[in-house]
Amino acid sequence: MTETPLLQATALTRMYGKRVGCRDVSFDLWPGEVLGVVGESGSGKTTLLNCLSAQLEPSGGEILYTRRDGRQVDIFALSEGERRLLLRTEWGLVRQNPRDGLRMAVSAGANVGERLMAVGARHYGDIRGQARHWLTELEIDAERIDDLPRNFSGGMQQRLQIARNLVTSPRLVFMDEPTGGLDVSVQARLLDLIRRLTRDLGLACIIVTHDLGVVRMLSHRLLVMRGGEVVEAGLTDQVLDDPQHPYSQMLVSSILPV
Amino acid sequence: MSAMTEQTDPMIAIQGLHKTFTLHTQNGATISALQSLDLTVSGGECVVVRGASGAGKSSLLRCVYGNYRAGGGAIWVRHQGAMVDVAKAEPRTILDMRRTTMGFVSQFLRVIPRIPTLDLVMEPLLTAGRSAEEAREQAGTILTHLNLPQRLWSLAPATFSGGEQQRVNIARAMVWDYPVLLLDEPTASLDRENRAAVVELILAARSRGAAILGVFHDREAGDAVATDTIELRANRLAA
Ligand SMILES: Nc1ncnc2c1ncn2[C@@H]1O[C@H](COP(=O)(O)OP(=O)(O)O)[C@@H](O)[C@H]1O
Ligand SMILES: Nc1ncnc2c1ncn2[C@@H]1O[C@H](COP(=O)(O)OP(=O)(O)O)[C@@H](O)[C@H]1O
Ligand SMILES: [Mg+2]
Ligand SMILES: [Mg+2]
Repeated sequence: MTETPLLQATALTRMYGKRVGCRDVSFDLWPGEVLGVVGESGSGKTTLLNCLSAQLEPSGGEILYTRRDGRQVDIFALSEGERRLLLRTEWGLVRQNPRDGLRMAVSAGANVGERLMAVGARHYGDIRGQARHWLTELEIDAERIDDLPRNFSGGMQQRLQIARNLVTSPRLVFMDEPTGGLDVSVQARLLDLIRRLTRDLGLACIIVTHDLGVVRMLSHRLLVMRGGEVVEAGLTDQVLDDPQHPYSQMLVSSILPV
Repeated sequence: MSAMTEQTDPMIAIQGLHKTFTLHTQNGATISALQSLDLTVSGGECVVVRGASGAGKSSLLRCVYGNYRAGGGAIWVRHQGAMVDVAKAEPRTILDMRRTTMGFVSQFLRVIPRIPTLDLVMEPLLTAGRSAEEAREQAGTILTHLNLPQRLWSLAPATFSGGEQQRVNIARAMVWDYPVLLLDEPTASLDRENRAAVVELILAARSRGAAILGVFHDREAGDAVATDTIELRANRLAA
C-alpha cells in the first residue's frame, strides 16, 4: 500500500460571513480511492468540493496534495500559476452545470482537444483521434465532433464535459453531481466507466451527490454532511447498510430500497 | 512461523463480539443482535452458523466483512500473514482485505446495471491484479461449473432468475481463492443440481485450506460442508 495519501484535508472550514459553508472537515484520500460526499441540498458539499479543488479559498484548515513527482504540497501555499498547472496536469473538475465546465463557443472536438494541447499535445491527427475516442466512450456520436456544445442536449453537454476531463488521464477528478442531468442508461454507462478507470488507471475521485445509488455503486468511502459538517464517515456499504448517526439513518431510510 | 503452526493458527478469531442496532428514526429503540460472541475458524474449517430467523446470523457475517460496524469486542482476521482487527481497522485496510483475503456471498446480487455477467465475475480477479486472459478463463470455468448457460455470459444479470443471479453472486465470491469465505445462504433459491455444484465448490475451498463461515437455509447443504456448527439465539432487548 502507498504510504502517503494523495490528498489530506485537515480541519477545513469555509465561512460565508457568519454563515457556515463547511466546518472542520478532515479526511485522507488514497490513490485510486473514490470518495463519495452525500447530504441534502445546502449541507456544504459544493463548498467543500470547491475548497478541495482550489476553486475557493478556505477560511481555515489545510489541504496537502501529493504530486506525480512525489512531493507533497500545501495547495493554498502554491502560487496561482502552480495551482493552475495542477488543475491542468493532475486534476479533472466536472462541474454541476456543464456550461460552467465547457467552452460553449468552440466545437465539441476542440473542447476535448484543447485540454490535450494544454499539456503539450501538438499532432492534429492524434488530438482529433483522441477526441473522437473520448466522445465515443461517453456515448456521443463522433460525427458530432465539429458541432458546438450549445446545440447539444443537457445530458450530452455533461458527457462532453466528462470527456474533456478524462482525456488528459488525471490522477484525481472532482465531480459535483455528475450524473444529475443524464438519463438512466447513460448514468449506468458512466458509473461503469468511472469504476473501470479508477481500477485500471489508479484514478482517485471525489464525488459529491445527493443520490445514494450513485455512491453505492461508485465510491469506496463515504462522508455524510449536514449543516456544513461531516456527521459520519466510513466504508460506503457500511454507512449505507448500518448507518450510526441519526441523520445518516434518516437519509438512508428516506430512499426506496433498490 | 513454521508451516506446522500456520495450519492450526486461526484465520478468524472473534472475541466478545457485540452488535446492537439503535434505531434513531424509531425513538431510539435498540435491537441486540449479538452478545459476547466468541468464535474461531482455522484454515480448512467450515463453521456453520445456525439459528432462527433474526438470531443474528447475517449480522455476524456482515460484522466480519466490515459491512456492519461491531459494537464491541474484536474480530481478528489473518490478512497477509498478520492478524487484523476488523472492528478497529481503517476503511482502507478493510477494502484491501476484501480485495485479497475475504470473499462474501450475500443473499442478493447488488451490482452496476448493464455490466455483462462475465465481466462481473472477472472483476475480483482484475482487482487483485490478474491479467484479463487469466481472469476470463477462470471466470468461464466457474460459470460453467455452476451451470450458467454460456449464452447468458454476455448479458447483464438484471433480468436473470433468482437462481441465476445467485450463481453469479457465488461465482464472483469464489472465482478468487480467498483465504476467508463468508457465505450467507449461498444455496437459497437454487435447485438440487446447482446446490450440489455449490457444495462441491465449498468443499474444494475447504480442502485448499480456506477458513469458511457459513449460513445455510437447508440443513442438508450445511451438513455436507460443516466441520463444526454454532447455534445463535435471538435476544432482543427493546428499549
Ligand atoms: N456564495 C455563497 N454566499 C453565501 N452563502 C453561500 C454561498 N454558497 C453557498 N452558501 C451557503 O453555504 C451553505 C452550503 O452550501 P453548498 O455548499 O452549496 O451546499 P450543497 O452543495 O450541499 O447544496 C448553504 O447554507 C448555502 O446557502
Ligand atoms: N441494518 C440493520 N438495521 C437494524 N436492524 C437490523 C439490521 N440488520 C439486522 N437487524 C436486526 O438484527 C437482528 C438480527 O438480524 P440478522 O442478523 O439478519 O438475523 P438472521 O440472519 O439470523 O436472520 C434482527 O432483529 C434484525 O431485524
Ligand atoms: Mg451543491
Ligand atoms: Mg440472514
